[in-house]
Amino acid sequence: MNEFQRRKAKNRVIVVVLLVILVVYFFPIYWMFSTATKSKAEAFSFPPKWIWKPQFNNFRDIFFTGTGGALGRVRGIEVESKPSAFARQFTNSIIVSFISTILATFLGALSGYVFSRMTVRGKDDLLFVILSSRMLPPVVVAIPLVIMCRALGLFDTRGGLIIMYTAFNLAFSVWMMISFIDDIPKEYEEVALVDGYSRFQAFFKFVFPEMRVGMAATAIFNLVMTWNEFTFALLLTGENARTAIPGIAQSLGTAGVNWGQIAAGSFLMVIPVVIFTFLLGDNLVRGFTFGAIKE
Amino acid sequence: MSNLSITNLTKKFGRTMAISKLSLEVKSGKITVLLGPTGAGKTTTLRCVAGLEKPNEGEIKIDGILINDLPPKERDVAFVFQNFSLYPRYTVFENITSPLRIRGFSREEIDKKVKETARLLHIEQLLDRKPIFISGGEMQRVAIARSLVRDSRIFLLDEPLTNLDAKIREEMRTELKRLQTESGATFFYATPDQAEALSMADWVAVIKNGHLMQEGTPAEIYHQPRNLFVADLVGSPSMNFIPAILEGTNLNVGPGCFVLPLTKEIAQTALGKLSSAQIYLGVRPEDILISREQKEGFYPGEVEIIEPLGLLQIVRLRLDGYFLRVRSEEKARFTVGEQIFFNFKENKLHIFDRQTEERIW
Ligand SMILES: Nc1ncnc2c1ncn2[C@@H]1O[C@H](COP(=O)(O)OP(=O)(O)OP(=O)(O)O)[C@@H](O)[C@H]1O
Ligand SMILES: [Mg+2]
Repeated sequence: MNEFQRRKAKNRVIVVVLLVILVVYFFPIYWMFSTATKSKAEAFSFPPKWIWKPQFNNFRDIFFTGTGGALGRVRGIEVESKPSAFARQFTNSIIVSFISTILATFLGALSGYVFSRMTVRGKDDLLFVILSSRMLPPVVVAIPLVIMCRALGLFDTRGGLIIMYTAFNLAFSVWMMISFIDDIPKEYEEVALVDGYSRFQAFFKFVFPEMRVGMAATAIFNLVMTWNEFTFALLLTGENARTAIPGIAQSLGTAGVNWGQIAAGSFLMVIPVVIFTFLLGDNLVRGFTFGAIKE
Repeated sequence: MSNLSITNLTKKFGRTMAISKLSLEVKSGKITVLLGPTGAGKTTTLRCVAGLEKPNEGEIKIDGILINDLPPKERDVAFVFQNFSLYPRYTVFENITSPLRIRGFSREEIDKKVKETARLLHIEQLLDRKPIFISGGEMQRVAIARSLVRDSRIFLLDEPLTNLDAKIREEMRTELKRLQTESGATFFYATPDQAEALSMADWVAVIKNGHLMQEGTPAEIYHQPRNLFVADLVGSPSMNFIPAILEGTNLNVGPGCFVLPLTKEIAQTALGKLSSAQIYLGVRPEDILISREQKEGFYPGEVEIIEPLGLLQIVRLRLDGYFLRVRSEEKARFTVGEQIFFNFKENKLHIFDRQTEERIW
């Protein structure tokens, strides 16, 4: 074999390995989607059916009660169609995750800038304190947090969850943004300052654009963490502000298990994160290789 | 066109003393060069003046008005950074016009000024490009253009020519100097390059480890260096130093290489100022005479290396354990290993106290 053939063979092996990995990773998603679009009998047939006629009533049923939805807890007898509990939970998830992600990322970027650029008294201690908020396992802080939320009237409100998640993700965001901002030469702002810009103008005009890469990466991490968060979402909410992750889990216990609807709900839960990641994806990849590109 | 006065400026970074008690006048309409080796505190000084660094002590005044507490944008100074930072997302044109746009200049004024400045610095063809698509030397010229495009009270230039190749560097030296003379601007210019300092400066301030070593006109710095450091830093090739001992009115050079009689005046001054008889004899390469023939008062030495420099050549003479670099004309032909004779030009000797390193003659 000459060098060229060897390389070609090597490439083929790599492609095969990647394909296998891809199949393994996407199989759960495929399974969710197929279960959600199969009829009950098809979903449970063994060996599994690879070809079926997709139906989408599971997707409809998880959002509306009165059409036989089990995920939306049906109380009493058939009623006219109205949004289910899952619909509310899904909306909650979207509102809470996106708002807290934006807040945490933005605040993290601003504080990261300050920590990176200015002399902050007791900087190292402060950074440690910020990080230490992530060191305790959630269960340990859960009870005090529940009590605090109740006292402040934030229990079972979206606002309460948003504040919680923002505070929680802020630690991560600050640390992540500091390292991104440290990589941006501080001369950019200094040049601007001497040119006649104020600190604020210099920041927004010249540093902020450079930070977008880091912010995209941070935002995706924040969103994934918030979107999939279970413990606090369960403990800090009741009927009203519950998000979809504990919501789906909860529906497992009640009124039998409708696997078709659970699969539909789970599948829907994957979508927003995927869309968000794709939208920011370009930046994300560049974000991870940021250190490598710079000289 | 303003003058800048720095008094007792002190700047510490943690335990590092970057500048200590530096006092300096930067005169209006002149080029004042801050000369010092790397780490001397040049950049730090300029940054304090620009307001990018807060001094621990001292006063900085422009036209007699204290500016210590003013933010950079209110100081009205221009700064060419050592690493010529340009905004990567903006074109060369946008980079240059940034100081004008924030000051609300009109479209026509901006266009006119950019054209002028770009022509001056030969970067007209680069205006539409982004900084990553131009060379280091071009970036440096763009950075200079950005600072020159508006009339600042003081122009701070931090090693603006270091990244250029030798030929362009010399061209730019002359260009900058001409520009400054024509506009009457005030330049505060930092460089580690003594030739650049001597050729451009109206006034030179030599600093080392944050301390002012000497200030004066280029000629003063060159001919009357205050101490060993300045004498060694300025001049290329640099001054020869040989340890010697003062014995009455003679210098025992080496000791043991040769004995050099001093004039009564020198001997007396030296005796009066010296703390001990230990000195360094300093003499510049151009102040040594050499010849093939043994002449009255000449000392022998062996030719070790010859470095041709075009019109001139540097002949390195070996003495017992020391050497002397001598500047001679190319016409004079010597061969390596040959024994020749040398003497010093009258009144061109320097004597340094070995302990204090101060020049006493
Ligand atoms: N931000 C900083 N933090 C800590 N020490 C610093 C900082 N900036 C400068 N120093 C120190 O202060 C001293 C003076 O540095 P400065 O950059 O002013 O030197 P310089 O004369 O400009 O040198 P060069 O010719 O290499 O640019 C150096 O010892 C340097 O290590
Ligand atoms: Mg410097």
